[in-house]
Amino acid sequence: MTEGMVMNLVRLLLYLVGMIGFAAFNAAYLTLLERKQASWMQLRRGPTEVGPWGLLQPVADGVKLMSKQLLLPRDVDVPLFLLGPIMVVVPPILCLVTIPFSETLVARNFNLGLLMIFAFGAISTFVLMLAGLASANKFSSIAAARIVAQNIAYEIPLLVIVLSLVMSTHSFNLHTIVDQQAGGFWHWNLLRLGTNPLMPVAFLIYFICLLAESNRAPFDMVEAESELVAGVFTEYSGMGFGLFFIAEYVNIVVGCCLATILFLGGWHCPFGLLPGLHWFLIKMYALCVMVVWVRWSFPRTQFYGLLNLSWKILIPLALANLLLTAVMLKLF
Amino acid sequence: MEEGSLHLEKQVDVPPGLIHFAALDNFLNLCRANSLWPMTFGLACCAIEMMATGASRFDMSRFGCEVFRPSPRQSDLMIVSGTVTWKMSTAVVTLYDQMPEPKWVLAMGNCAVAGGPFVFPGQYSVVPGVDKLIPVDVYVPGCPPRPEALIEGMLKLEEKLTGRRRWPTVEAK
Ligand code: SF4
Repeated sequence: MTEGMVMNLVRLLLYLVGMIGFAAFNAAYLTLLERKQASWMQLRRGPTEVGPWGLLQPVADGVKLMSKQLLLPRDVDVPLFLLGPIMVVVPPILCLVTIPFSETLVARNFNLGLLMIFAFGAISTFVLMLAGLASANKFSSIAAARIVAQNIAYEIPLLVIVLSLVMSTHSFNLHTIVDQQAGGFWHWNLLRLGTNPLMPVAFLIYFICLLAESNRAPFDMVEAESELVAGVFTEYSGMGFGLFFIAEYVNIVVGCCLATILFLGGWHCPFGLLPGLHWFLIKMYALCVMVVWVRWSFPRTQFYGLLNLSWKILIPLALANLLLTAVMLKLF
Repeated sequence: MEEGSLHLEKQVDVPPGLIHFAALDNFLNLCRANSLWPMTFGLACCAIEMMATGASRFDMSRFGCEVFRPSPRQSDLMIVSGTVTWKMSTAVVTLYDQMPEPKWVLAMGNCAVAGGPFVFPGQYSVVPGVDKLIPVDVYVPGCPPRPEALIEGMLKLEEKLTGRRRWPTVEAK
């Protein structure tokens, strides 16, 4: 074996262990964060009794879910039903492969990283749809049909926004995009008003689409428990359901990582000092807290409200943004 | 009481595990006791007290059991909060059957415990206690029980699972 192959193998192993660990840690402790934050917003205490400050709560939940019976209801499509939970966690973990956490910390830096993330991001919604259809349950089927509509409606503004961003950065490489934003918060893409005065609006649209794509309230049509029991998860028990839960949180992490990279300058400090991993994590977790904050502030929208928001407001705005970017790039 | 209107499915006997590891079992039970997810399921006036238990004054989320799951497939605990009528009983039994093992039932309020104020000569509609339909682990009496009583019931269930009491018992003055 040559030196290069060994390096590649070591890299692959490190990536697998590191990313799965990172994803599992985030999924576990973001649930705790969510429960704690919900409690604070509702003047409660949240989990306090299980471990100090409730810190062992995710462990208890995880072990309990793993030790629970896996039910296989009578009419389900067995292979699809069993594959669903597995296939839904793989794409977000794969997406983490090309996220640059700092100047040097990236598993694999390649040219079309941004494109790859969106390609894999699209898969996980389709897997949700398949899982819903395979459950042979009317609530799951309705939720599966909703996912398709929701996914189409929100993928378009998301991609159009990212397209206008790529036009102004001239690169699909996440590392290059972050490098361009060095040297203070006025260089961040969020405030790059020279190429596009609508950048803050673009960030807002991106954030809304992130909520919708990761199926978070107020857009959680996948699991609308007031209408559809538990949506596509209705028939899943034990760790099957646990994996969907993990996938949801890892999707949020991926979305927040991407927002940090595309708009908030990645690992660069807002004042040009001490760039590094810590700044990336601070920004990323601040966005995660925002996602949870939104969830516990707004009630769930109705389904037509969701589609109206996308087709009547977000898509025209995103297209206007794209046009404006093109004009500005041509003129200046 | 005639049970003719009720078609109870025969309970399937789950074979016990061949090998048990005591330490592992204790650990699993500890984890299960600390994450009892109830089902979103309320039948009558007692359900209002159950909601109050989850709200900010009493806050059952301190014990990690505030995750009310909408689907029986994902819940561990069925809190029968309220009057069970014979007409409702099939639904209750179906929901119980749909829950995956291991599962527990907490009968909340006099109605669920023994029929409550609705048991009198000649009444035909109310099940005199939900334990006529499904096995019950913890009984919480009261009409309705105070939220503290429901939390005490949850602690009793945890005690039943782990063999240890989490908090000292409060002495009556
Ligand atoms: S026990 Fe009392 S409060 Fe509870 S459901 Fe029965 S009548 Fe209502």
